[in-house]
Amino acid sequence: MLNFLKSKRSATSAKERLQLVLIHDRTDLAPAELDALKDDLLAVISRYVEIETEQVRIRLEGDGRSQRLVADIPLRSKTRRRSG
Amino acid sequence: MGAQVVTITSGKGGVGKTTAVANLAVALAADGARVVCIDADIGLRNLDVVMGLENRIVYDLVDVIEGRCRLRQAMIRDKRLPELYLIPAAQTRDKSAVSPSDMIRLCEELRNDVDWILIDSPAGIERGFKNAIAPADQVLVITNPEVSAVRDADRVIGILEAEGKGTPSLIINRLNQTMVKHGDMLSAEDVLDLLAIKLIGIVPEDDQVIVATNRGVPVALDHKSRAGQAFRDIARRLKGEQVPFMNLEAGSSLWERIIRLGRK
Ligand SMILES: Nc1ncnc2c1ncn2[C@@H]1O[C@H](COP(=O)(O)OP(=O)(O)OP(=O)(O)O)[C@@H](O)[C@H]1O
Ligand SMILES: [Mg+2]
Repeated sequence: MLNFLKSKRSATSAKERLQLVLIHDRTDLAPAELDALKDDLLAVISRYVEIETEQVRIRLEGDGRSQRLVADIPLRSKTRRRSG
Repeated sequence: MGAQVVTITSGKGGVGKTTAVANLAVALAADGARVVCIDADIGLRNLDVVMGLENRIVYDLVDVIEGRCRLRQAMIRDKRLPELYLIPAAQTRDKSAVSPSDMIRLCEELRNDVDWILIDSPAGIERGFKNAIAPADQVLVITNPEVSAVRDADRVIGILEAEGKGTPSLIINRLNQTMVKHGDMLSAEDVLDLLAIKLIGIVPEDDQVIVATNRGVPVALDHKSRAGQAFRDIARRLKGEQVPFMNLEAGSSLWERIIRLGRK
């Protein structure tokens, strides 16, 4: 069992790698560009509210043949901001 | 009414476009339909040898388009099936000798006289591909269960959608069930999951395809071959028949996916 987990089946690698490649091919967005997009997005939002930076999750998700940019951006609560 | 124009394309080379066109043509014609295949791979003519018709060629696609012969003169009649014809590609010219509007005009001329026009696209996404898809009512994308073939198929599907050709149907060719079972080949379900389009057929890897090609007798005429059976099933699905997918031990989840994708 452990052995099985260690050496992942090649078909599984193929599928996982393709999943990522296809999302980037379809959106024409390289991984580095996606990182820049995330930084810009957070910078804009930070102009209005405070963000819990460590908990931010932004990623591209495939849904059939369409992709969506999914962002989960927790905001720092007002009370904590005052007390902090 | 008029013919249905079906183009088979792939992005990546060597995945089985020509083999599929020859076999679907034979399967449809064996069923009594009038079929014309067009080899749109200018400069790399191959459909003639796969169909075993290489010795009968006088005129080709470019001769028709440039007016050196009438359309009928470039239609080579098959040896075995009376209502099957091939319009061969020119061998000594390049893709720029043909334009998408030439292909549309040619198919319009053929449309009233036949039931099916099958077009063998060259690999790639350039001029030859554009020529091949221009007259298509329906496009079939063929791929192998392998990383680069699937990636290229995805690119082609994206281009077809962007060009307003609608979403094509998928043929998965050369599936090796033993390798899938050992986890060393993408399964049909994996490929469907990744490409997310409607499946029209799964063709197993089959040595008989090479044997048949050696002889110039498409494998769909061989009733013992599994690949031949798969191509005949695809031909029936093209005609709108509901044909269950061959048992490739794909599992029930594949079935659910096929049904779900079919509903979209
Ligand atoms: N199901 C199969 N089982 C075994 N061999 C196959 C199968 N399908 C195709 N082949 C073989 O794969 C090779 C490539 O097939 P084919 O020429 O049809 O591909 P193609 O996509 O038309 O290539 P090109 O892009 O060069 O036009 C041929 O040798 C053919 O016999
Ligand atoms: Mg070919």
